[in-house]
Amino acid sequence: MTTMEDKMTPQIAEAPVRSYGGFLKNNLREYGMLLSLVAIMAFFQVMTDGTLLKPLNLTNLILQNSYIVIMALGMLLVIVAGHIDLSVGSVSGFVGALAAVLMVNYEWNFAGASLLCLGVGAVIGGVQGWFVAYLKIPSFIVTLAGMLVFKGLALVLLQGQSVGPFPDQFQLLSSGFIPDMFNGETLRISSLALGAIVAAALFGLKLRERAGHVKHSMEEEPAAFFLGKNIAFAAAIVWFCWMLASYKGLPDVLVVMFALMLVYDFVTRRTTVGRRIYALGGNAKAARLSGIKTERLALLTFVNMGALAALAGLVFAARLNTATPKAGLGFELDVIAACFIGGASASGGVGKVLGAVIGAFVMGVMNNGMSILGIGIDYQQVIKGIVLLAAVCVDVYNKNK
Amino acid sequence: MLRSGRALSPLAQPTLAVFSAFDMPSSDSVIDRPLAAAAGPLAGTPILEMRGIRKTFPGVVALDNVDLTVRAGQIHAIVGENGAGKSTLMKVLSGVYPHGSYDGEIRFEGEVRRFAGIHDSEACGVIIIHQELALVPLLSIAENIFLGNEPQRWGVIDWAEATRRTRELLAKVGLKESPAALITNLGVGKQQLVEIAKALAKRVRLLILDEPTASLNEHDSNALLDLLLEFKAQGIACILISHKLNEIARVADAITVLRDGASVQWLDCTAGAVSEDQIIRAMVGRELADRYPARARLAPEAGETVFELREWHVAHPVHADRDVVKGVSMKVKRGEIVGIAGLMGAGRTELAMSVFGRAYGRRIRGEVRMHGQPVDVSTIRKAIVHGIAYVTEDRKGLGLLLEDDIRHNITLANLEAVSSGGVIDGGAEFAAAADYKRKLNIRCSDVMQATVNLSGGNQQKVVLGKWLFSNPELLILDEPTRGIDVGAKFEIYSIMAALADEGKSILMISSEMPELLGMCDRIYVMNEGRFVGEFAAAEASQEKIMRAIVRQGLA
Repeated sequence: MTTMEDKMTPQIAEAPVRSYGGFLKNNLREYGMLLSLVAIMAFFQVMTDGTLLKPLNLTNLILQNSYIVIMALGMLLVIVAGHIDLSVGSVSGFVGALAAVLMVNYEWNFAGASLLCLGVGAVIGGVQGWFVAYLKIPSFIVTLAGMLVFKGLALVLLQGQSVGPFPDQFQLLSSGFIPDMFNGETLRISSLALGAIVAAALFGLKLRERAGHVKHSMEEEPAAFFLGKNIAFAAAIVWFCWMLASYKGLPDVLVVMFALMLVYDFVTRRTTVGRRIYALGGNAKAARLSGIKTERLALLTFVNMGALAALAGLVFAARLNTATPKAGLGFELDVIAACFIGGASASGGVGKVLGAVIGAFVMGVMNNGMSILGIGIDYQQVIKGIVLLAAVCVDVYNKNK
Repeated sequence: MLRSGRALSPLAQPTLAVFSAFDMPSSDSVIDRPLAAAAGPLAGTPILEMRGIRKTFPGVVALDNVDLTVRAGQIHAIVGENGAGKSTLMKVLSGVYPHGSYDGEIRFEGEVRRFAGIHDSEACGVIIIHQELALVPLLSIAENIFLGNEPQRWGVIDWAEATRRTRELLAKVGLKESPAALITNLGVGKQQLVEIAKALAKRVRLLILDEPTASLNEHDSNALLDLLLEFKAQGIACILISHKLNEIARVADAITVLRDGASVQWLDCTAGAVSEDQIIRAMVGRELADRYPARARLAPEAGETVFELREWHVAHPVHADRDVVKGVSMKVKRGEIVGIAGLMGAGRTELAMSVFGRAYGRRIRGEVRMHGQPVDVSTIRKAIVHGIAYVTEDRKGLGLLLEDDIRHNITLANLEAVSSGGVIDGGAEFAAAADYKRKLNIRCSDVMQATVNLSGGNQQKVVLGKWLFSNPELLILDEPTRGIDVGAKFEIYSIMAALADEGKSILMISSEMPELLGMCDRIYVMNEGRFVGEFAAAEASQEKIMRAIVRQGLA
């Protein structure tokens, strides 16, 4: 292509301006939500006289929010693709009911029943996605219908009763902790060790990624900032695991959740499928004209959402150790709120997995903190609603600035 | 800020009345400057005077000491490259940027005006018609014309009155449509006329048109310009922002040239014809030796045939019984630039998109051959794999992920090239994008910049880069220079010429005949779904192309 350059008029390239202040300013938005979460945690830590960050409460915080976080991962993809899924609460409730009927009434093996339930979730997502992607029916309407249908079907399955308890192995999904091989009396050593290994591994990955960026002379954050941020991050993971290790160790569901989080973060940031989902949400027509099979991709995000809603349903059922007709009620709102608090755009194309996770924990910490403070469920909802609106307002304001 | 008026003055030719901005009468002189002595261009009372307008955005001076004088009953053209400040100036004038957010003075009909919003300016009769039309597609013409301004009786809309007045207004603008027709069923040209009718429904003293003919074909453009001349005869002043210099030469009485946010030149057209070259010189601030890069034209018989289309038929996607493309056959050779000329609605875009993986139409019949072999292009993916790329005419709507950065846009159509096993190699992707930024001279801080902030020309280069990255053999360019400025046009032409030299085949659809004649080796003429003529570069001319279209229309 040398001939082309020769014919072009020369142009003086402007050197990018680099400075710590400028960098911080540009990236404040990215870390803004994380800082808000830290601030909210600090606030409740003080208000609850240190109860919030007690090992027992931290463990509860994880267990209480795990199913919301799991669904938020799928919802983020759906929202980034430019859609919405209102049915996730009902679907998770329905799948929990199905699991209970299979395991309790029909005495299926817990593993087989769980796998079938995940499959059923994926199929439900696929059917809804098919209406959205191929028949071009707005996802809001399709999944609103789905919400009603599966809420009703859960009632049908349970015949209006609560069904339980579940087999012991199944309960471990939500109440189990990773086994401790060192017989630590007051500290679960293996939990702490796992935390340290993960922290070190993530730090190493970040270093490698940075080295790659530097090699290609991509715009990079200042070294001191990079190191400070990632050391703080690694330290936070170790501290967090330390706290949990001094209670019962890492909950099984945390391991599942964290693994999923890493996978989805990787998929959205580094894979072609992830990139294409962002393209689909950013400009569906341009994506299609770039050779992206937009219908199939939209369908895929719904299949994925269905499977994750099913997983969340199983986690929730295992936690309650019973399937109730009310399970899953209103989950979709928390999940969608988590994505929007985390910076996803309602018009599609924008949003981050870590943002959605942080958003879920912002909601979770507020739920937990306000409950400890004894604030009634009535005012809790008012406050959560205001926080959602405020978070999105700040985001929109920042974007327009 | 550099005031380049002086630097340019040596270029001014004595036969033409060229004033540098410095020679303009200074503002502090007076209200109602004595005009009796002024001849020609200065005749007529100034209806609008903008003096020393300065508008800054954080970190950027968008307008610096701009002067603009429009006289009653004049058509005043404003030209300048993209980013020269034309739109900003009009936003200051219309109150979008309210008084106080800029420095300088606006005098309209002799009085100092401090518009706080678009309502104030409209109340004074300053009506602006934006490039992107502001009509509600699913409402009727009458409903659109009186939107927010409905004739009413006791609070109830008087539709009979609205319809009657709409008929009058449509007659004035020469549009033969029922007032009840929905906007969505009208072509862009007719929609533009509805916008003008809407302006006329208000008390209009100064009509501002921002690129009114950008998406119109030649016929509709001419009709619109005639309309402006008619308004002028009725005493309505007009500001015309346009990139099409031939149109300006046709209708304008005076021209203000903006460059880098300053008014660098004021040209008077009443004293004698102003040449296009002269305007271009003032716009870009340098001599443009040629508007098209020199390239050796391919001899008609030379070269291997890369792309061939045989008996291609396409039906309308909604009305399946209506054929939009009717039996088109064509060839494009290696290293050849082939043009398709035609009026709006001739079926050119539909032809191109249907070839590109059936992105348009249904019941598609015919055969596509690459290098003599029939190929399956039934999906866009397959078309890309077979080496076909289509650069859309609608870069914002169909070409770009506007909120995403340059890097992601460039690699989108060929992510496989920078990934393995479905995992993207961020470094390789960055390097690829940076490579195209350099090759295509995309002006940006870096490739992580969002494309929404780029100028039209640079956006177009990003879209071009995206398709070059897919490594096509046949590049279909649909209106590749629409809405971009003269300097960027030349760059796009240079890229095209360089690509052809490298052996790429280029199929160029354009409504601008001079650019087809300037760039192409061969030109097909399309009308009503058929090819009605084919000319080699040497024998083609605007007259011949128009005649081919018209002759077919008569038959």
